[in-house]
Amino acid sequence: MRRMLFKSLVHGPLTEAAPKADDAALAELAAQVDRTARLRLGRTLSIREVDAGSCNGCELEIHALNNIVYDLERFGLRFVASPRHADVLLVTGPVTTNMREALERTYQATPAPKWVVAVGDCARDGGIFAGSYACVGGVSAVLPVDLHIRGCPPSPITLLQGLLALLETVERSVK
Amino acid sequence: MTETTPAAIKLRDVIRAGRQVENHSPWARAVINHEDWRQAAASLSDGQWTLLGLWAERDQVHMAIIDGGDLGLLSLPCEDKRFPSVGQLHPPAMRLERAIRDLWGLEPEGLADTRPWLDHGKWPPATFNDVAHEAPPLAARDYAFLTAEGESLHQIPVGPVHAGIIEPGHFRFTANGEAVVRLEVRLGYVHKGIERLMQGASIERAAMLAGRVSGDSTLAYALAFAHAIEAAHRIDVPPRAVWLRALMSELERLANHFGDIGAVCNDAAFAMMHAQCGHLREQVLRVADRCFGHRLMMDRVVPGGVERDLQRDSEQEVHSLLVQIRKRFPELVELYDNTASLQDRTVGTGIVSSALARQYGCGGYVGRASGRAFDARRTPGYPPYDRLQFEVPVREDGDVDARLWIRIHEVEQSVALIDQIIRQLPRGSIRDPAQTVRTSQAHEGVALVEGFRGDVLVWVRIGADGNIERCHLRDPSWFQWPLLEAAIEGNIVADFPLCNKSFNCSYSGHDL
Repeated sequence: MRRMLFKSLVHGPLTEAAPKADDAALAELAAQVDRTARLRLGRTLSIREVDAGSCNGCELEIHALNNIVYDLERFGLRFVASPRHADVLLVTGPVTTNMREALERTYQATPAPKWVVAVGDCARDGGIFAGSYACVGGVSAVLPVDLHIRGCPPSPITLLQGLLALLETVERSVK
Repeated sequence: MTETTPAAIKLRDVIRAGRQVENHSPWARAVINHEDWRQAAASLSDGQWTLLGLWAERDQVHMAIIDGGDLGLLSLPCEDKRFPSVGQLHPPAMRLERAIRDLWGLEPEGLADTRPWLDHGKWPPATFNDVAHEAPPLAARDYAFLTAEGESLHQIPVGPVHAGIIEPGHFRFTANGEAVVRLEVRLGYVHKGIERLMQGASIERAAMLAGRVSGDSTLAYALAFAHAIEAAHRIDVPPRAVWLRALMSELERLANHFGDIGAVCNDAAFAMMHAQCGHLREQVLRVADRCFGHRLMMDRVVPGGVERDLQRDSEQEVHSLLVQIRKRFPELVELYDNTASLQDRTVGTGIVSSALARQYGCGGYVGRASGRAFDARRTPGYPPYDRLQFEVPVREDGDVDARLWIRIHEVEQSVALIDQIIRQLPRGSIRDPAQTVRTSQAHEGVALVEGFRGDVLVWVRIGADGNIERCHLRDPSWFQWPLLEAAIEGNIVADFPLCNKSFNCSYSGHDL
């Protein structure tokens, strides 16, 4: 183990440089910034992920954000265990009717100010599952959504671009 | 149980005695009578046969069975919307029958557990296959969890929303201090109605749905669905496509096993393995992306072949990946093997007995860690694995450690397989030009494919119009979730995440 630790000291980190924030996401957010709210947050955002019926593909890529290549925490973005600690709800899936109540209660448990980011094509409008008796069809049918990140599933880079856009919007509003 | 052991009944004899369904392949499907259905349930209960799946449609139930090396399907018409419960004799069928009642309104007669399973009382009435949900069975909070009696017991409800980035499900622990007395899992939260969406869908759309049953196994599902369609329509797949499919399958297995090995160690607070394995997983996904244009390889396997060929120079990419894994992975294995504090958590934790693994026909690393040496790449087997050299690792210990070691050995096997595949990859076309076979009859196909988690079963009936009439997809998790409840018994609550991660069952694949 010592040998491996030493090696990683010598070789430097495997973490890669950050991508630019996504322009489309910046545009979507620009209209929804609440200056006083952002003031309180500084430049960190705590994220609570909620799977509302995803196939688990989005979860795999969201997980990847935490790996050493993308290292999400260096941007002040981190995943937290409880909605009580969260500023952002990251919601995946077409919102199944069986998860609707749990999603609503998670939202209610999140203190304001809060933002909802819908991740994946099925979180946008139900995607391929639209029209099912068991799906509400998109996060915005249940909660106010501030940002959509497209993809099936979106790659970690796409996710990062979207989240950085959220963060930049927060910072810009503070200045 | 009778005193005398009944003479073993052969599945093939039962099928021969029944009415064989035409245009069903590659295994036979026979319509049988009530008496034979009950006898089949007894043969499953005796352990002579293993249940591969149990599902329904409007007026009949089907079960897929494996008897030694023979596979086959038995069907029972349900007059009066009833059928004799298999679960009353053979517990692995219980949740499948509860799901059948929720989705099709067919009553499994004699089933002891009458609680709904996938239906949480929230679906709009009369939407699924015209089954009327006149009165929603139960509100979510009224679901009666199984009880445990004794002094100083307390319950811990967990979920459906969990602390980590994982899928939703509810765990109800009954504990005595730290020790778990009983765990009951409640699922169905991510039921999307996929099988209903498939009915009437074109084969192309259905293939995309199949690839989204469980995202981590998208390739295994796409492959099983394609195999079933190709069996039904007797489509020959070009050799190059067959080998590319195997390449993708092994890449999917590698990525998931790396993720799991790291995640299990992380749940024992050993973050370094998590970091290293997470990096290896990322490398696999990037190679998949460069080779096939999608990190998870979604929609790349299609009925008739594969959607796209290897991108130029990507054989070299695959080769470099293998070099990297062969260099780095042994160090990590050594690290796991030599870290006593880590082994202290994994060895002897969450034991699944080999008897339970056998009874439940439990596949994948959970089954193989408990002595069940089943691998769909061998039985029934499918090309090109008949021309590849690989071993199916098996252990008897059945604990978290054994499930981790099975994954370690499977990583080694997958690396060796990819090496062979890249060397032997034939040239030629990658897809049979779309053959929409239009006949006046329905055609049925069935397939069993080994995903990283275990065997995925897909059964399909294609209607005379060329669209899907009925499709059933059975995740390996159906036969693994119940064993998680057995594995945790007597362990401490704090070891549950470790046990759960070592199973890594699919919620979405189970809930459909």
